[in-house]
Amino acid sequence: MNAETIFPSLQTMAESNQWVYLWPQIALVVLGLGLLVLEMLLPRKRVGTLVPAVALAGFALIGVLVCTPLFPTLADSLTVFDGMLLSPLSPGIFLFFIASSFLTGYLSMVCLPRQVLPRTEYFAVLSFVTAAILVLIHANNFLMMFVALETVTIGLYVLVGYARGQMTTLEAALKYLLTGAMSSAMLLFGIVLLYGAGAIKGIADPLNYQSVLQLFKDAQLGAGDSLALCGVALTLCAVAFKLGAVPFHIWVPDVYQGALTPTTAFLAVSSKAAGFVVLLCMLMFSFDAQSLKELLIPLLSLLAALSILFGNLGALSQRNVKRLMGLSGVSHAGYLLLGVVAYLTLGHVSMLYAIAFYLLAYMLASYAVFGVMSHVATNIDDFQEMQDYRMLLEKCPFLGGVLCVGLGSLAGIPPCAGFIGKLLIFICAVQAQLYWLLGIGIFGVVVSIYYYFGWMRAAVYRPWRSSQDSSSGKIPMESAQPSPEVPSVWSRLVLGALAAAVLLLGLFQGSLVSDPANPRQVSSQTSVPQDN
Amino acid sequence: MSYHYLPLIAVLVPMALGLFLLWQGRLGTRATQALGFVGFLVPCVIAVILWKNFSCIPPSDLYGGFAYFGDFDTGLADFGISLKMGINGIGLPLYLLAGIVGLAAGWYALSTTEAPKFPTYIGLLLFMQAGLMGVFSTIDIFFFYFFHEFALIPTFILIAFWGGRGRRTAAIEMTTYLTLGAMLSLAGLIGLYVKFDVQSFDLVQLKNALAGAGAVAFAQDNWYALLLFGFGILVSLFPFHMWAPRGYAAAPTPAAMLHAGVLKKFGLYGLIQIAVVLLPEGAKDWTNTLVILALGNVILIGLVTMAQRNLKIMLGYSSVMHMGYAFLAVAAMSVAGYSAAILLLFAHGLSVAALFMLSNAVGRRTGSFDMGEMGGLAQKAPVLAAFFIAAMFASIGLPGFANFWGELGVFLSVWAFKPWVAALICLGIVISAVYGLRAVSRIFFGQPSKAFEKRFEDTEISDITLGERVPALILLGALMVAGFCPWLVTDSVNTAYGAAPVKACAAGETPVPVQPASVSQ
Repeated sequence: MNAETIFPSLQTMAESNQWVYLWPQIALVVLGLGLLVLEMLLPRKRVGTLVPAVALAGFALIGVLVCTPLFPTLADSLTVFDGMLLSPLSPGIFLFFIASSFLTGYLSMVCLPRQVLPRTEYFAVLSFVTAAILVLIHANNFLMMFVALETVTIGLYVLVGYARGQMTTLEAALKYLLTGAMSSAMLLFGIVLLYGAGAIKGIADPLNYQSVLQLFKDAQLGAGDSLALCGVALTLCAVAFKLGAVPFHIWVPDVYQGALTPTTAFLAVSSKAAGFVVLLCMLMFSFDAQSLKELLIPLLSLLAALSILFGNLGALSQRNVKRLMGLSGVSHAGYLLLGVVAYLTLGHVSMLYAIAFYLLAYMLASYAVFGVMSHVATNIDDFQEMQDYRMLLEKCPFLGGVLCVGLGSLAGIPPCAGFIGKLLIFICAVQAQLYWLLGIGIFGVVVSIYYYFGWMRAAVYRPWRSSQDSSSGKIPMESAQPSPEVPSVWSRLVLGALAAAVLLLGLFQGSLVSDPANPRQVSSQTSVPQDN
Repeated sequence: MSYHYLPLIAVLVPMALGLFLLWQGRLGTRATQALGFVGFLVPCVIAVILWKNFSCIPPSDLYGGFAYFGDFDTGLADFGISLKMGINGIGLPLYLLAGIVGLAAGWYALSTTEAPKFPTYIGLLLFMQAGLMGVFSTIDIFFFYFFHEFALIPTFILIAFWGGRGRRTAAIEMTTYLTLGAMLSLAGLIGLYVKFDVQSFDLVQLKNALAGAGAVAFAQDNWYALLLFGFGILVSLFPFHMWAPRGYAAAPTPAAMLHAGVLKKFGLYGLIQIAVVLLPEGAKDWTNTLVILALGNVILIGLVTMAQRNLKIMLGYSSVMHMGYAFLAVAAMSVAGYSAAILLLFAHGLSVAALFMLSNAVGRRTGSFDMGEMGGLAQKAPVLAAFFIAAMFASIGLPGFANFWGELGVFLSVWAFKPWVAALICLGIVISAVYGLRAVSRIFFGQPSKAFEKRFEDTEISDITLGERVPALILLGALMVAGFCPWLVTDSVNTAYGAAPVKACAAGETPVPVQPASVSQ
């Protein structure tokens, strides 16, 4: 773009006042800055309690406002900012990420007081990262995507390395930094190749998602196309890093273990979900890009199969629950990729709903489990072993119950929401005739039962002797196991709501899994993924 | 009176009460007993009402052979899934079975107030019961699966928390194994859904689509195999039976009664109600395999059962063995075979539930489940001995109990199908007589063994208690009623296949099913 074209477009932007469409992101940034200012203004004693409360209130307020008519909708145009950003997607997708940040914030209110760490910065960085994620899922241009992704990643570097007193945290931060830098480099290289390929073909504005897809519209591969295919593959690698899909999962177990539990939850849910939304936004218009599909379907199938196998088999032997959640998260990325492959193959809109529902179920169940983990963990955050959960149901029935519901949902057992998610994904797989992937998926589910229910068993199982003399009513407590701290009323509310939502969504899905306007739509037309 | 809402109520009442008890984990014993009793009684009463009323429903009120039709949207309507409740002649006996065994198991559980965390215990059992009542009264094959899996987490927790020796391994083993079976059958069901391409999980619509398509146009083999082995694992088809004996031995008695008595029947019910009906060609192709595996159930597992010394594990194996008969009846692919299989499932469910409960009563008195450490118990507990012997006779298949008619029907249908198989499985009768009678003699007669002697002499061994007597009466009573009047159970199955019932209903008309058009709420 040269100067003559830039100024008029800036002018239209200013006139049409497109900044309005970004108010949720702007509000989140203002919230983060406000927290930093608040820390300076408040008396030192009050900072520790007030700042997190303000942050959570801010998240909640923005989340509520997003659901009101204030949310910008733009019917006539697909993009804003001269094609840099997609026009706002559904409010549900915003709510998903804001709710996820809210829950992360809540978990850190439980976790941070056990560590000798400053609090304000955590919440400030969290709001910045959230804002960046909301920009990222909007991006319609590889440059915009790169900038937003870097912002997210840099914020996550800070969050991962937050508890810098712990050995494992240092290791995690370093590993995340190195692998993150590598993925950024690959992404940038891929973008450059795509740009070059587009320029060779003389496509205008060659970094827009749509114009990149133009490269693949021809059935015949031309001169610049191998360049473009390399570019796509490299970009895919970078996205796979975010998803934690095999073989780009190598950072997952260590980083999940070293980061504080709320950060781990954020990585497991928001970061992964953002990766999927970006992937789907890029592929949204790819139905006639035949050569792209020919490249991507085998690649993504392979990633999905490897992720399901590696994630589940790797999690089998884990005794550290944070590593276990990390590896099981890898397998969940595999199931979601299975849905993406089916979507690429057939392009049914219902498949997007399947993916969205799976993400929603995954988020609710993950936060339920991570919530229980935050309460059971002591001040040693990085070594949470399965044996710490011994007799949890006995010591604290509430936490034990929430854990059982959350793990049941992650394992995909009715009547939890996770089952409906798995069912929808499997239906997609059969429809797209991905039988071997379906077989691997089923194998993965059976394997996952062992470790999810193994964890549940640790929480439920009682030593044999105690039921023999149950007449006395006293169950001998093992003195080595400290009781988890009693969850506060707020914790009961939040975790109870999560568990209830998991069960409710398993029993009644309402209109969450289908587009009320187009029931049973089998078209490959444009549609956006919805998360609400 | 319209009964359309009753099947749903039979699911919702135990579920709501179960949730309440889980929520109120510290409720008093009396209140828990009252709530629990309501939760187990309501489904049983509803089951009896629906069973009694079934034969008098005019054909115009049926939805493709299903009575008590009700359709409730749960938000998956765009995938062709909605909670469609309804019972047809095949499901009716098993629905009744679920109600009766549920009440018996519930009564027994409510009498064991010494169980730790009593309200939670009852709550989880009520949750299981809700799933059971749903499985046999839904038309939508998605919910058919859903209700079965509903009980998986409660069963796991029940075994891991309240179970007996060996529960640590058994809980995981059973859950993993059952999930494998369930996932295979889920894949098969999804396959049916996609292949029939009617955008519906509704069994009636699928059947109509099959009728419309005529000779079926897609490969039935693979999908039938998925269903056969998926359901087969759930019913402990040889060689996929390993989870059953250890799982039942470790499970708390009411959970074992519900699972072995009712929930396990899900797989065979699925084969009869869904797989064979929708995939007849595939079923034919797999008949020989099924016959060989089912013979493994009857003969091999029968021999294994004979070798057991532990009473509970022996019962577990014997239930695996008896499932072999039912599989053979399904393999025969005749109306007589199906109705014999259903009758056998009904009878076996009652007798195995009674045996599990009574063997736990024996174990509580002798302090062990090892049959080598018992003996002479009849001197101290004669009534218990009488009940146990009656239940064991029923299980062996002596006339007077429903099992006799079930096994007779199986033999006849298998004889018509493959005489040499029928000749082979006659061995099974001998085998079950051997282990059954030997168990009775070892436990109740003769002199107490060395290990049991001290306890026998020194401690007060009571006879059967009220908490054990009532469930035993319920179960054995039902067995004898069905044993003398088997048509009470089989009539509905025959009408489902279009045959005339033995006794016409009060109005004097013969309900003729297969009228899918009228869909009324």
